[in-house]
Amino acid sequence: MAIVERHARARNRAAAPPDRAPSVVEFAGVSKTYESGDRGLELATFTIDRGEFVFLVGQTGSGKSTIMRLLIKEHEPTSGTISVAGKDLAKIEGKGVAHYRRNLGVVFQDFKLLPNRTVYDNVAYALQVTGHKRKEIRAKVPDILRLTGLSLKLHSYPDQLSGGEQQRVAVARAFVNHPPLLLADEPTGNLDPETSIGIMQLLYRINRTGTTVIVATHDNAMVDRMRRRVIEVHQGRIVRDEHGGGYSTEDENTSEFGLLMRGEPSPQPRRLSSPGDFFDDAFRG
Amino acid sequence: MAFFIKEALRSVQRNSVPSFAAMASILVTVLVLGIFIPITQATTGAANEVRDKVLVNVYLKTDAKNADRDRVSALLRRDTKYVGKVEFVSRQAAYREQKKDYPEYYSELLGSNPLPDTFRVTPDSPDNALKLRDALAPLTASGQRATVDPAIDTVKNRKDDTSNILFITRVVKYAMALLAALLVLASVLLISNTIRLSLFARRREVEVMKLVGATDWFIRWPFVIEGVLLGALGGVLAVLALTVGKVAFVDPLVSDFALLRAPETMQFGVLALLLLGASVGVSAMGSGLSLRRFLKV
Ligand SMILES: Nc1ncnc2c1ncn2[C@@H]1O[C@H](COP(=O)(O)OP(=O)(O)OP(=O)(O)O)[C@@H](O)[C@H]1O
Ligand SMILES: [Mg+2]
Repeated sequence: MAIVERHARARNRAAAPPDRAPSVVEFAGVSKTYESGDRGLELATFTIDRGEFVFLVGQTGSGKSTIMRLLIKEHEPTSGTISVAGKDLAKIEGKGVAHYRRNLGVVFQDFKLLPNRTVYDNVAYALQVTGHKRKEIRAKVPDILRLTGLSLKLHSYPDQLSGGEQQRVAVARAFVNHPPLLLADEPTGNLDPETSIGIMQLLYRINRTGTTVIVATHDNAMVDRMRRRVIEVHQGRIVRDEHGGGYSTEDENTSEFGLLMRGEPSPQPRRLSSPGDFFDDAFRG
Repeated sequence: MAFFIKEALRSVQRNSVPSFAAMASILVTVLVLGIFIPITQATTGAANEVRDKVLVNVYLKTDAKNADRDRVSALLRRDTKYVGKVEFVSRQAAYREQKKDYPEYYSELLGSNPLPDTFRVTPDSPDNALKLRDALAPLTASGQRATVDPAIDTVKNRKDDTSNILFITRVVKYAMALLAALLVLASVLLISNTIRLSLFARRREVEVMKLVGATDWFIRWPFVIEGVLLGALGGVLAVLALTVGKVAFVDPLVSDFALLRAPETMQFGVLALLLLGASVGVSAMGSGLSLRRFLKV
């Protein structure tokens, strides 16, 4: 717990003064049409407040990754404005983009680790780009790797790790700078359910330190279980924005029926005293 | 800075195959240039030497007096264009020279000296030799050559194939220049392609670096330093090979072949430094510039 508290303090220090607008992410009428003519996003408007944990759900090709790419400034919106921590992203240019990205943690389905660096060096790189002293890096990296349960894998290379472990490294790298905003695009897309729970717990724990977390996912079981805010995108439009929502508005029997139809075994029903407790229990344990 | 150098070394170590390919292409290029540059210089040097031998001989009439001689001399030195150097060869001196070269003809067959006084005129530039001749002996309407002074008998190029020499040496010079340009172009293409290939293999790496907020120069420096290191290594190896080749093969032959001794060839040390500098510069710039494409994320 001590580690978590320390990170919480570090994050709070980095956070904006309290009189600032509380919304961390603000989309106002944002549309994105790709050069190919594909519609990525259409007139999306929503705000995400500091400290929220938000799921982005929707079918394949609905525009979840588009939202992430716009937030990373990998792409520019065709129209509308995106503000992060009150700052218009369109006004950030050149070197500013690199500096802006240092305030984001990003996690992807394919991990995006540097293949020729050890676990330690991968995480350290995120500190080196921000010009941290070697002494600070030596202090911070083992700390964050302990938090993500990688203490024993310090000197392994990514190709020597399992998918779950690689994703933990990616999360560690995303969080080592204590960013106010963490984006995860299908972080569990390549992982089995057990491992996915571990990663999601990690993201949830990071969220508890005060970091705003946005997770795009297809993992309906996870979304249903955690009962956080859910924003659903359908063909580029925001069609649902619900606090404490589930993966879909269909009732559970229907989705189980769907699984049966596809010849998959029905998921074992799990008794939970109340939605979300599962995670808190896991952290207490 | 220490960080960037360490990053560059790490990259060489972990990407040893593309790094080796880049270094090998630099090595080969420098070797070829190192052999070709002196050859070009020696050849053009030789061509220039031949061109410098282009002379215009002004023969006086055999009965020319001293006064005539002085008048023509003044005419050549003061009043004629295209004149570089004027050398007077008296008929006695010419006789002695010829007699030495062809004793059998001159000692027995000829009792008296048949040779005229001669001015050997070097044109200010070899290309002007023919113009100089025309100035001294303009073509008349009848197609004959008149002379500008009555004391002058004939004006001749020392060899009648002056125009041939001029033409051939010019062709040689241009061909060499063209070859050199092509070679340099080929080297630049080869090196930049190798670098681009090795960077292409690492574009994902660059993408990830950008995602965690690395600035362009933060990403670029290790690549540039890597380029400098590989360029320097390739250059040094090539210069070593050239030195061995020079000491083992060229130096022993210098006494036998005038071409190898050509005075216009630059010093080997200067050449080595030049090649080293070029290989380091090209590969550093190559890596830095090729990276630009991948930095646009
Ligand atoms: N780089 C691109 N160039 C052109 N079109 C693109 C590009 N990226 C996405 N698109 C298009 O934009 C739309 C939204 O894609 P997006 O990647 O945002 O979907 P997604 O919700 O992340 O899907 P998934 O769940 O499969 O990851 C799709 O129609 C897609 O074809
Ligand atoms: Mg996606």
